[in-house]
Amino acid sequence: MKRRSLAAWGALLPLAVIVGVGYVGTVLWTVRTSMSSSRTFPRDDFVGLQQFERLLESERWQLAIHNLAVYGALYIVAAMVIGFLLAVFIDQKVRGEGVLRTAFLYPYAMSFVATGLVWQWVLNPDSGLQNAMQKMGWTSFEFDWIVDQDMVIYTVVIAGTWQGAGLVMALMLAGLRGIDEEIWKAARLDGIPTWRVYLSIVLPMIGPTLATVFTLLAVGVVKVFDTVVAMTQGGPGIASDVPAKFIMDHLFARANLGLASAGAVVLLLTVLALVAPLAYARSRQAAKGGH
Amino acid sequence: MSGVNIQGLSIRFGANEVIKNLDLQVHEGEFLVLLGPSGCGKSTLLHSIAGLIDVSGGSIHIGGQDMTDAEPAERGIGMVFQSYALYPTMTVERNMSFGPRVAGVPKAEIERRVNRAAEMLQLTPLLNRKPAQLSGGQRQRVAIGRALVREAGVFLFDEPLSNLDAKLRAELRRELKLLHQTLGNTMIYVTHDQVEAMTLASRIVVMKSGVIQQIGTPSEVYERPANLFVAGFLGAPAINLVPAQVGSDGRSLQGVLPLQLADGRVKAGQKVVLGVRPEHVRLQADGRWRATVQLVEPMGNHQVIWMTLGDQGFSVLVHDGRRIAAGDVLAFDIDESLLSVFDAASEVRLT
Amino acid sequence: MAKRKASARWARVGVYAFLLFAAAFFLLPLYIMLTTSFKSMEEIRLGQIFALPSAPSLDAWRAAWSEACTGVSCDGVRGGFWNSVTIAVPSIVLPILLGAINGYALSWWKPKGGEWLFGILMMGAFIPIQVMIYPLVKLEAAIGIYSSLPGIVLVHLVFAMPIMTLLFRNYYASLPAELFKAARVDGGGFWRIFVQLVLPMSTPMLIVAAIMQITGVWNDYILGLTFAGRENQPMTVQLNNVINTTTGERLYNLNMAATILTSAVPLLVYLISGRWFVRGIAAGAVK
Repeated sequence: MKRRSLAAWGALLPLAVIVGVGYVGTVLWTVRTSMSSSRTFPRDDFVGLQQFERLLESERWQLAIHNLAVYGALYIVAAMVIGFLLAVFIDQKVRGEGVLRTAFLYPYAMSFVATGLVWQWVLNPDSGLQNAMQKMGWTSFEFDWIVDQDMVIYTVVIAGTWQGAGLVMALMLAGLRGIDEEIWKAARLDGIPTWRVYLSIVLPMIGPTLATVFTLLAVGVVKVFDTVVAMTQGGPGIASDVPAKFIMDHLFARANLGLASAGAVVLLLTVLALVAPLAYARSRQAAKGGH
Repeated sequence: MSGVNIQGLSIRFGANEVIKNLDLQVHEGEFLVLLGPSGCGKSTLLHSIAGLIDVSGGSIHIGGQDMTDAEPAERGIGMVFQSYALYPTMTVERNMSFGPRVAGVPKAEIERRVNRAAEMLQLTPLLNRKPAQLSGGQRQRVAIGRALVREAGVFLFDEPLSNLDAKLRAELRRELKLLHQTLGNTMIYVTHDQVEAMTLASRIVVMKSGVIQQIGTPSEVYERPANLFVAGFLGAPAINLVPAQVGSDGRSLQGVLPLQLADGRVKAGQKVVLGVRPEHVRLQADGRWRATVQLVEPMGNHQVIWMTLGDQGFSVLVHDGRRIAAGDVLAFDIDESLLSVFDAASEVRLT
Repeated sequence: MAKRKASARWARVGVYAFLLFAAAFFLLPLYIMLTTSFKSMEEIRLGQIFALPSAPSLDAWRAAWSEACTGVSCDGVRGGFWNSVTIAVPSIVLPILLGAINGYALSWWKPKGGEWLFGILMMGAFIPIQVMIYPLVKLEAAIGIYSSLPGIVLVHLVFAMPIMTLLFRNYYASLPAELFKAARVDGGGFWRIFVQLVLPMSTPMLIVAAIMQITGVWNDYILGLTFAGRENQPMTVQLNNVINTTTGERLYNLNMAATILTSAVPLLVYLISGRWFVRGIAAGAVK
């Protein structure tokens, strides 16, 4: 019995090291640094929550947070609604399902960088969509959001949704397919119209799937970096800055470890706040005898 | 061949004590069946003998050696599982030879053992097939073969026939009995099916809630059950249980079946339960009692007659095909020497 | 009755219309990427993005592959391609192997404290990279592997552990428990059971894990940017350099060709493996 555990722990040693050093260790380091005055190099002093105050006062950080909130809300809603509709429509036993699914999912196989670059090109006012529409006759068409400080974050939403909706669709479709055929038969017998079945019966039934998808998307939102770097480089200026980019810039280019670490800690807390309810719900379900 | 000696065994899952202070001696060469309903602890006991479950107290000796903390492979056991547990990516031959290969047994010896087991179980033409290509009965034979090849002192069976259909089950049951007669190894067998227990066992251990209710040969356990639980568990249809009260003379029983008891192990006024097996009830015109037939179950080679006696049901087993209909009033008698009398409160056998 | 049939047909039309319209939206960027890459710069300047190329040529593709300036040099993205390959191979094999071993140990042997380790690992999956990145840089620098191939491979290993372990743990947990018991009765030890029994049964999950890792590693940008070092920059980093850091006129046809080249491997993996891809996402997502 003890021998059993020993052999298994021997094999788990690399994992234990990775978890201890790579995960727990790094978090502790960053938290520690966020409470120091480190700039280019880590400093061993303790300044309490000063970095966090400075963070909150920073206009750039405030803008980044604002962008994140806007991006997050719109992206999640758009991806979930579109993904859900796509899943529902495909679930109607349409022909060519394989082809359609490929069309919606292939963007997810592309890197965030590629996504950002393509959409940068498409939404470029001089050579992209605006230009094309004008050349095709619609001379008053305007779509220069990507160079407009107030609108640029919405372009990131478009790019993100294009990439993420397919994934949402795939996950929701799996959830929809898990619903017993017999429920549909019972609903038909009761004469309930299809859309009503989806709204009142199916949607509540795929609650766990929805929760998982929401959490996945939310965590992805908080981490958004590659797309912004590729698509707008955070610009014009800092108009489309996001927390992840803020932190990276201050870690390396602007050499302010303390401030960057504070930002990272805030990011971490946000993620935990998002994940905690789901984890809590899962553990309650498991205690009731789910798994 | 090894005997198994279990003393003071206790097994705990979390806060729940599943097996409490259990003593059991398994004789060399016997076919011991652990019988009981789901959750009675029989599988847990078997798995602890195998070394797959940790014990919280007590000792297990196999072949005279203390194996309480030994790994399964060191205990000199072979085991057959309910779901066969055959290695899906290996052929039958490799499935059976895996254990000896691990133990470093020389190739020639492994081949000899595998061929011998395969012959005994009619598996020789199947040696190169994979489990997915075999039928349920064939898979079970391979599982038995895998245990045999280990040439162990004790063989453990965990409900091996439960996944088979009735006909196959009966067939393999007889093969197992033949196997035991041929090999003579000690075998410990877990089942909830009393027919399997009765036909295969040299001794039966009846268990309930982690406690042994009775140990005895099939006839002992059947004819002289130690308590109400054992009486009710063995026998199909189940034993008739009739409440009664001992009269003031300490010998007569009052109730729907008034009788006189031969010996005086009962006290005046004691509340008891009479156990009457359906096949011990004789339908005869001069019988002491009468009852009305409620329904008749024809079983082909016998009939089960259900009668109402007072306010309870009462079953009678009849071996001929005489015509009996619901509503008939029948006279019957019982041989008192075949009765079991249990104390109503403690449920323990009195006579 | 006829009315219901008619409205049902209209509904059917509506479903297909929606799906086709959506498909068009999703395929549009791909269409634009392809057409732009085959045009000449003149055509791009004078024309518009929806037009088909009038005289399709592979010049932009050739240039993207071997002439584009990636900041370090002007050898095109082919250097990045081979870098990505070199990074990908160990970054796929090692995490999968370790993930399988971890999943096997946790689900079959259930060592004391294993659940705790797994729980912390699962929480770790949500930690933003920005929290971990600087300490990891410092750590690798201390060991001396920062900005090198082993450096980037190690980082990929660290970040892949949660999902790989989860995939294999759940998969092995779904296999019959009595197999493990039988193997133990037969005397199999930890490694023998793994190699002779468990690994041969792992094929479906190995495929799913490989697909997820290939895609994840190939498409990574931030880790490659930080840990790979100048000589080992993956294709994604070089792509971004090509497009966003060139001075002078932007060669859009070259840019698009480079983007497609960079996305070629994961797209191909996706197109070939389709169903497995989705299975992988679902298996990882539905924790």
